[in-house]
Amino acid sequence: MNLSRREPRWAVAFTVLLALILQALPLPTWLEAVRPSFVGIVIIYWAIYAPHAGGIFAPWLAGLALDVFKGDVLGQNALAIALVAYIAMSFHQRLRNQTLVQQSLFVFAVLTLNEAVVWGIEGWSGHPIASPWRWIQPMIGAMLWPFVAMLAGRTHVRS
Amino acid sequence: MAVFGSGGSRIGGGRGPSFGFRFFCYALLCVVLMFYDRKGGWLDTARYGLQAAVYPLQLAVNSPSAAWRWMKDSFTTREALQKEVDGLRNQLRDQQLMTLRQAALESENATLRGLTTAMPEVIEKRLIGEVINVEVSTLRQRLLVNRGGNSGVHKAQPVITGDGVLGQVYRIGPFSSEIILITDSEHALPVQVLRSGVRSIALGTGRATALELPYVPQNYDVKVGDVLVTSGLDGVFPFGLPVGRITRVERDPTQPLAQIYAAPLARIEADREVLFIWARPGHPAAPATPESMKVEEPKPAAPVKPAPKPARKPAPQPAPQQAPQPAPQQAPQPAPVETEPAPAPASPPESGESPPPAAEVPTT
Repeated sequence: MNLSRREPRWAVAFTVLLALILQALPLPTWLEAVRPSFVGIVIIYWAIYAPHAGGIFAPWLAGLALDVFKGDVLGQNALAIALVAYIAMSFHQRLRNQTLVQQSLFVFAVLTLNEAVVWGIEGWSGHPIASPWRWIQPMIGAMLWPFVAMLAGRTHVRS
Repeated sequence: MAVFGSGGSRIGGGRGPSFGFRFFCYALLCVVLMFYDRKGGWLDTARYGLQAAVYPLQLAVNSPSAAWRWMKDSFTTREALQKEVDGLRNQLRDQQLMTLRQAALESENATLRGLTTAMPEVIEKRLIGEVINVEVSTLRQRLLVNRGGNSGVHKAQPVITGDGVLGQVYRIGPFSSEIILITDSEHALPVQVLRSGVRSIALGTGRATALELPYVPQNYDVKVGDVLVTSGLDGVFPFGLPVGRITRVERDPTQPLAQIYAAPLARIEADREVLFIWARPGHPAAPATPESMKVEEPKPAAPVKPAPKPARKPAPQPAPQQAPQPAPQQAPQPAPVETEPAPAPASPPESGESPPPAAEVPTT
């Protein structure tokens, strides 16, 4: 099919891998506390601009890699990120017509949901302590969104 | 918002199942994964493979800091190196002096225990691993080390540094292992005070510099500066490895228990190399196994009827292991109790219960 050949699959794989590395990079404790979910941001981008390139599978796999990476319960981040991707995909046509600033509001909401899901599963799997800083992370993610979107936009031809 | 099913048809455009349905399937898969991961079992094998899959990524992530360390090392000046060599030489001399009488003390100890030969060192084998990644937060204190199942590392294996106990192996992959530090808030380590023999459990606090010792009554003999060693009752660590030093003792007369804090001796954030150790099975200082604990209980009753036992039952449970050895006189000395140093029930979250102070470390 002509359409499927234009899907930026390599760009998706590359950017998601980059986001995974950014997510796992060892950082000092204070920076670690406010590091946003890079994987989440990149996944939202592809869900909006190329929903068929990765589908739900790519977000799910990225989340699973994150789980193994961080030693969390298997499926924790996979569920949260697949949910984020699904919501972004459902609204992708409306979101494409918005400005980057309007989009970052949506990104903030979805990343907060992501944190909430992870937090809930951590609570269920017996991690008693949760840092309040984690609720700052979606805000920082939303602030980074315009830059990430501009950078990711250069990796493929927007249809 | 169009949830499940109808949402996908807008974008799906006849290309396989809708996003809603696919999301539902993946979410279900996630829930199943989480459930079985919590329960443990077959998913551990899957994780073992997955660890191998993400290991290159972990190395890539570590490469900037590794490169930085390499740069720092290669640009060290001659004077700095000379200084380090001098320091190490001094340290070596001090330690040689300390171990000068080791052999004499060992044979003396053997005589006191009524053995004809000295016991060998409790640490039978060791393996040096390099730290790849450090995760130190209040939620978890973990290390990623470049040794895994292919090097013979197993789950719940003790990990130490030259200064003291660091932690134990929590998860393994073929090439790497995740180590839970003793300061992790999910870790508990049975310890005893070296000076007075008071036993307690050192709980991790989530801070790299503090361990908490609950369940110590007010009147027990614990002072600031006391050294804590492992008690060996957990079945993971051999007896007598240094753990920490007491930093604070608070005795509130209205409370039944004292509040005691200790600082770990192993410098957790600074060490780049760690040691995996294997304890010699059957050694008096080896980690307690369920078998060696069981031997202790019938001890008072044992002298009553020693004779009829071998006559009536030639092969009870402990017999098959000792069967190849023909002479029963040789048995008491090496005492081959159990070859596996780490039984399953000693995983970190479960070792929370306090051992009764009456139980003694198995001797001979």
